[in-house]
Amino acid sequence: MATASDKIQRLVDKEYEYGFVTPIEQEVFPCGLNEEIVRMISAKKNEPEWLTEWRLKAYRYWAELERAGAEPRWANVTYPPIDYQAIRYYAAPKQKKRPRSLDEVDPQLRATYEKLGIPLREQEMLAGVAVDAVFDSVSVATTFKEKLAQLGIIFCSFSEAVQEHPELVRKWLGSVVPYTDNFFAALNSAVFSDGSFVYVPKGVRCPMELSTYFRINAAQTGQFERTLIIADEGSYVSYLEGCTAPMRDENQLHAAVVELIALDDATIKYSTIQNWYPGDEEGKGGIYNFVTKRGKCLGRNSKISWTQVETGSAITWKYPSCILIGDNSVGEFYSVAITNNYQQADTGTKMIHIGKNTRSTIISKGISAGHGQNTYRGLVKITRSADYARNYSQCDSLLLGDQCGAHTFPYIDVQNPTAQMEHEATTSKISEDQLFYCQQRGISAEDAVSMIVNGFCREVIRELPMEFAVEAQKLLGISLEGAVG
Amino acid sequence: MLEINNLHVKVEDKEILKGVSLKINAGEVHGIMGPNGSGKSTLAQVLAGRETYEVISGEVLYRGKNLLAMTPEERAREGIFLAFQYPVEIPGVSNLYFLKTALNAIRRHRGLPELDAMDFLAWVREKMKLVQMDESLLHRPVNDGFSGGEKKRNEILQMAVLEPTLAILDETDSGLDIDALKIVARGVNSLRSDERAILLITHYQRLLDYVVPDRVHVLYDGRIVKSGGRELALELEKRGYGWLEEETNVGVVR
Repeated sequence: MATASDKIQRLVDKEYEYGFVTPIEQEVFPCGLNEEIVRMISAKKNEPEWLTEWRLKAYRYWAELERAGAEPRWANVTYPPIDYQAIRYYAAPKQKKRPRSLDEVDPQLRATYEKLGIPLREQEMLAGVAVDAVFDSVSVATTFKEKLAQLGIIFCSFSEAVQEHPELVRKWLGSVVPYTDNFFAALNSAVFSDGSFVYVPKGVRCPMELSTYFRINAAQTGQFERTLIIADEGSYVSYLEGCTAPMRDENQLHAAVVELIALDDATIKYSTIQNWYPGDEEGKGGIYNFVTKRGKCLGRNSKISWTQVETGSAITWKYPSCILIGDNSVGEFYSVAITNNYQQADTGTKMIHIGKNTRSTIISKGISAGHGQNTYRGLVKITRSADYARNYSQCDSLLLGDQCGAHTFPYIDVQNPTAQMEHEATTSKISEDQLFYCQQRGISAEDAVSMIVNGFCREVIRELPMEFAVEAQKLLGISLEGAVG
Repeated sequence: MLEINNLHVKVEDKEILKGVSLKINAGEVHGIMGPNGSGKSTLAQVLAGRETYEVISGEVLYRGKNLLAMTPEERAREGIFLAFQYPVEIPGVSNLYFLKTALNAIRRHRGLPELDAMDFLAWVREKMKLVQMDESLLHRPVNDGFSGGEKKRNEILQMAVLEPTLAILDETDSGLDIDALKIVARGVNSLRSDERAILLITHYQRLLDYVVPDRVHVLYDGRIVKSGGRELALELEKRGYGWLEEETNVGVVR
């Protein structure tokens, strides 16, 4: 007789749908990393000298750490040593010149995104979403650019921003995540190839969702994108990112950096649906997702809200964080992380309270199945200056089966006696009783698991913009209707 | 409608049902009474398709079909409803959404169009009057934080919404005060019709004052040892189960 956990396991095992490879002619750099490669990347992008120098400084810092064996090892994940000389740091589809319109984008590439459900043709798109499509190391298309430009909003690839808006890039690049921040941030700073750039001017409310779709295609290649979003005073922007990669037996490294800056009264909402290839059921292959994401609430009354749905990757190591500098600023972190088969996730957030009356909310939902290991790691720090700071944290774990694990490491550091902290944590299992109850009402076991998982995640899913909630629904196998409203 | 023939069921090597036979026709209400541990709940769970109970031998025909070959959800979609003795909590899933998913799964199975949110809400509101439930309970997670009485009433609400052909109530009356009991009884009575059958499993005959059964059976040590009309329930109430032991020992040994 099948046990409840066997049954649940069968239900959560789904094929990875995005594992295909696009057969396209690519321009690739040789494997390995040295100053020459860094210069080549910078030259390829026709970058100003200050940026080349910045990259080189980052590279030297990283090389020093590498020599010292200072790759971070504190996370609750295990993987064999990464050979950084066996990775390719640049791969791009061959294009004669950068396409000026969508019609000039290689049809193969367009077809790839359509297959992924990301149509690049504006007229076919879901109303209200502008897309920047990043394929391996370069951005291949950005939609709705002109329309946004009319409002003074800059939404373009990072490479383009370096050419067109160097003053903004120079002012803010590395201001939230300096290249000295950590091992992977240093690596990214040296070799980052593309990503998205957003600037929303004073008082402008961005009328549509901005989104970037990251696709790894080339083999043996790392993806190192960099995203920079600046919301000027009184502005609002909602930004979404999605990611997929082909199925391959070897592991691939993805080390991104995201920096957000919110000035006075500005709000940035940043949502992620991460569905990198997770590896097969034996744990072979998959993406190492080692990402540094951080936002700075620089201005008074500013707000940064992170929402993430992490379903893919062999290993996830990421802590989207908020530094709350402006008085009354608000940081939020809503997370669903799923680990199935041999996936490992060590994810959470840091909320650093510096300004007065700053508030933060952390809602983390970890779901483990198979042999998956799911760790929440979070820091709430109330510095001496942060009078009347408040934090609410809730970490819930759901176990589907008896081979998986859930771990919680909440760190709390309070240096101001006026702080108010609340922390709640639960661990639960889908019980056979719950499944049977649903089945007795006519609901299939599969739908019942979806419904229960959905119910478990609802506080996070309802934070997602509608357009993304649909994709999240597909990914979690959950029903949207129960999650929103 | 339901025909159980010589059903033997075990749980972890312990035989609980030792040859139960029972026939229920459409339009009838049957009561099953018996002391603790006699196998009442086992019978209910087996009819609903719970896997932890293993059928050793015997057969169950439901509208002429082999019930034991169906999955729990097929049974539900074919019209079998079990009101649970201990309704299960499902955090985060609203009662309304749960019920709508269930009803539409059943409607799909029967080739009926699914109800949209508006039509469904109207349908549920109608049924809520029957069980006098506060509408706020619809928007709360399924049974999560409900009182004992609220959970039982919620079972009756679900039953009213899903309109089963065969409703099995497993000690739905236990733990209810007299007002709640009357509400539950009204819900059950409203379902009585020529096309439906109802099986009431109960410990006390109290519920049978309000839902008058056509037949009453006594389940004792895994067997139905006595059947009769509603006067049997009254006799049990008066005399307890002890007298049956003597009477049936004779009968069983033969």
